[in-house]
Amino acid sequence: MNAILETRNLNAWFGNTQALQNISLDVDHNTITAIIGPSGCGKSTFIRCLNRLHEEVPDAKAQGQVIVEGKDIYAPKVDPVAIRRKIGMVFQKPNPFPSLTVFENVAIGLKLAGLKRGVALKEVVEKSLKLTALWDEVKDKLHTPGTSLSGGQQQRLCIARALAVEPAVLLMDEPTSALDPISTARIEELVTDLKKTVTIVIVTHNMQQAARISDKTAFFLLGELIEYDNTSRIFTAPKDKKTERYITGRFG
Amino acid sequence: MQIKHNTKNKLREAHLADQIFYWVLKLSSIALTLVLFLIAVFLYKQALPAIKNFGWRFLHSSVWDPVKDTYGSLPVIYGTVVSSLIAITIATPLSIGVALFLTEIAPKHLSKIVGFLVEMLAAIPSVVYGLWGIFVLAPWLRRDVEPFLASNLGFLPFFQGPPYGVGMLCAGIILAIMITPTISSICREIFHTIPQIQRESALALGATKWEMMQLSVLKSTKKGITGAVILGLGRALGETMAVTMVIGNRHDISLSFFAPSSTMASIIANEYAEATTDMHVAALVEIGFVLLAVTFVINSIARIFISRGFRWTNLFKGAAK
Amino acid sequence: MERHLSESIFKNYWKRKTINVFFHILLIFGTILATTPLFSVFGYVVSKGIPAIDFDFFTQLPKPIGETGGGMANALVGTCTLILLASIIGIPWGISVGTYLSEYQAKSKLTQVIRFSADMLASIPSIIIGLFIYALIVIHMKRFSALAGGIALGILIIPTVARTTEELLKMVPMHIREAGLALGLPRWKVILWIVLSGSKSAIITGIMLSIARVAGETAPLLFTAFGNHFWQSGLDQPIASLPVQIYTYAISPYEDWHRQAWAGAFVLVMLVFTMNLLIRLIGLRWGRKN
Repeated sequence: MNAILETRNLNAWFGNTQALQNISLDVDHNTITAIIGPSGCGKSTFIRCLNRLHEEVPDAKAQGQVIVEGKDIYAPKVDPVAIRRKIGMVFQKPNPFPSLTVFENVAIGLKLAGLKRGVALKEVVEKSLKLTALWDEVKDKLHTPGTSLSGGQQQRLCIARALAVEPAVLLMDEPTSALDPISTARIEELVTDLKKTVTIVIVTHNMQQAARISDKTAFFLLGELIEYDNTSRIFTAPKDKKTERYITGRFG
Repeated sequence: MQIKHNTKNKLREAHLADQIFYWVLKLSSIALTLVLFLIAVFLYKQALPAIKNFGWRFLHSSVWDPVKDTYGSLPVIYGTVVSSLIAITIATPLSIGVALFLTEIAPKHLSKIVGFLVEMLAAIPSVVYGLWGIFVLAPWLRRDVEPFLASNLGFLPFFQGPPYGVGMLCAGIILAIMITPTISSICREIFHTIPQIQRESALALGATKWEMMQLSVLKSTKKGITGAVILGLGRALGETMAVTMVIGNRHDISLSFFAPSSTMASIIANEYAEATTDMHVAALVEIGFVLLAVTFVINSIARIFISRGFRWTNLFKGAAK
Repeated sequence: MERHLSESIFKNYWKRKTINVFFHILLIFGTILATTPLFSVFGYVVSKGIPAIDFDFFTQLPKPIGETGGGMANALVGTCTLILLASIIGIPWGISVGTYLSEYQAKSKLTQVIRFSADMLASIPSIIIGLFIYALIVIHMKRFSALAGGIALGILIIPTVARTTEELLKMVPMHIREAGLALGLPRWKVILWIVLSGSKSAIITGIMLSIARVAGETAPLLFTAFGNHFWQSGLDQPIASLPVQIYTYAISPYEDWHRQAWAGAFVLVMLVFTMNLLIRLIGLRWGRKN
């Protein structure tokens, strides 16, 4: 299996505080990789480095290599705007753009990129909504505001929005922590299905979720990657003492 | 027994003091509302002779003749409207631009400094702007800007006629300078209420920074921006000294922006102290009453657009008029 | 992910980048444009004002028309007098209103009306306040007076002081009030205690804001305090003030008066700017303390 995303010696800072230390990690095609660890361990910082969103924060810096589909997105002349279409992101709180309708929310990534109105646009929107199992629920509400949907639907809308531009990798930053258990279950089901279409890296503070849906799990602590292995191994026979302490609930 | 009695007295005294305190505060507050009401009443009373004499004609007649003692306020209404429109046209894009620059582009320390500078614009007294207008802005307009406009855009009636320097355009520009801090500081506050995650979602989709600004910031704040602009309009309408000093003070209606004109506030400032006949005074007060009513309406409309829980204190750091 | 969309439809990348750079430049340019007048006004006020300032400016009365020289001593004193009068009227009144709005029944209809009135009073053109005071006081006294001018300016101060007081009192957490009440203090003592001890620097800020604003007010003085070429002889007499003097000199045809107008503008601008800087510094210190 070849890796679709490789991280080499990734370091990140907030001002003078180092948040990530020498992270090297490979993610394989069509897998779900979970990132777990206690608050402040750097897991959100890590995935925000994968789409170069980290450096948008004032005084934040990142250094190292992140190779996506063979190209290093941190190479000197690379424009963050250009690479972000390849790496989609879904955030913790569902946040459809309030001034856009359901349809427009899904279409916006495409419109920005240049796909104008027309049959092609409608087809892609429909396809994305079907991928996230939202199409049947919203096909009669396509022109209502994106914020008029329920919480769980809004999050699936955000996933559809991210998928519409056909990214290679989908990053998810604790996507279900603001949702109720039923919506959470639906999204976990969805994510497991999406694996066939796109590679997923998901940050979660919920270990059971990681154990349920991911193929590989990475454990972060204080900005360092402690252990990275198949999920089954991590949760049954972790190699590092610190990993063991975390998953058995001794801290964090 | 005696101790109990003393305590009872003390409690009654304290209760009485509390009551007095409460009523002093309450009455002073009601008195404030009363002042507002009285202003309207007094102005109306003083304007009554003119109101009775001219009726509605006052608002659409362009004859302002102290010698014949006939007065029509159309020229000053026209002057007020046009100068304020020029001001809004210039100030709105400028203010929104400044607000966007400060919230989206500038690094923190730069935005503090520039933000301070923009607020200092609001602190300069109106009369100082007027002084600068007479001796710096107007000559520059007369020498360089107006001839330039006349030769390039002279086919439009707005840019025809002799370049005086002082006049409608000069007043409009100074007004624009004076209302920019108001509009931009309200816009800044509104932009700050947009959660960071909205901006990040746009960027994560591959939007450029400008596209992010349109999508996440401008599109969702249209209502607030409108309120800010209306508030700026309200200030422009009532601005007195700077306008009086640079508008040229003539009672004509002319399409040209170069022409001297008058506004409602400027005519009161100019003529009130020297008005001889009662009718002249009443006419001027009637203009004041109309100005009061208009400002009242415009400011009320603005509030509909700007949501509650908004830091109104910022508005009061405004310029002296 | 399988790509069904061909790359060719995502072809406007360079156009978008160009537009992005264009608007960045536009926004920067716009900000520079908006701040240029500040530098221009400040620059002219300093360069034309400082040379015109001499000892005479602060000590002499204005000379009669046609004679050069003289100063604005009476206007400077006049402005101080008017500020004092305005503060005596406006500050206690403003603090009362602000305290009422913050401490008693914040949600009733009455308080909404009062708040609305304060905001309206702050928004109406100040020349209208001048007309009002003229009708109320000047006509009955049959003359212009410092008193009338002071009252007009005082009314202008009230909304600012009221709002500042209300906002600051609202920031004091409930448990401090409760602590005072639990000690057995009557309500009014508790409020006074909070106001005086807790928010001192903040109230000073509000007062300075008002002074900074009102020092430059011209329009309401035009027909209340009016103006005076001599020293003021009583509070019931017309009084000169710095902004009115600047105005009168600026619109006159005399070069020497223009020169002095710049000097007056310099003093006024320095006063206002210094107040604003002080306010900011106090605000920073206070913010740091909290």
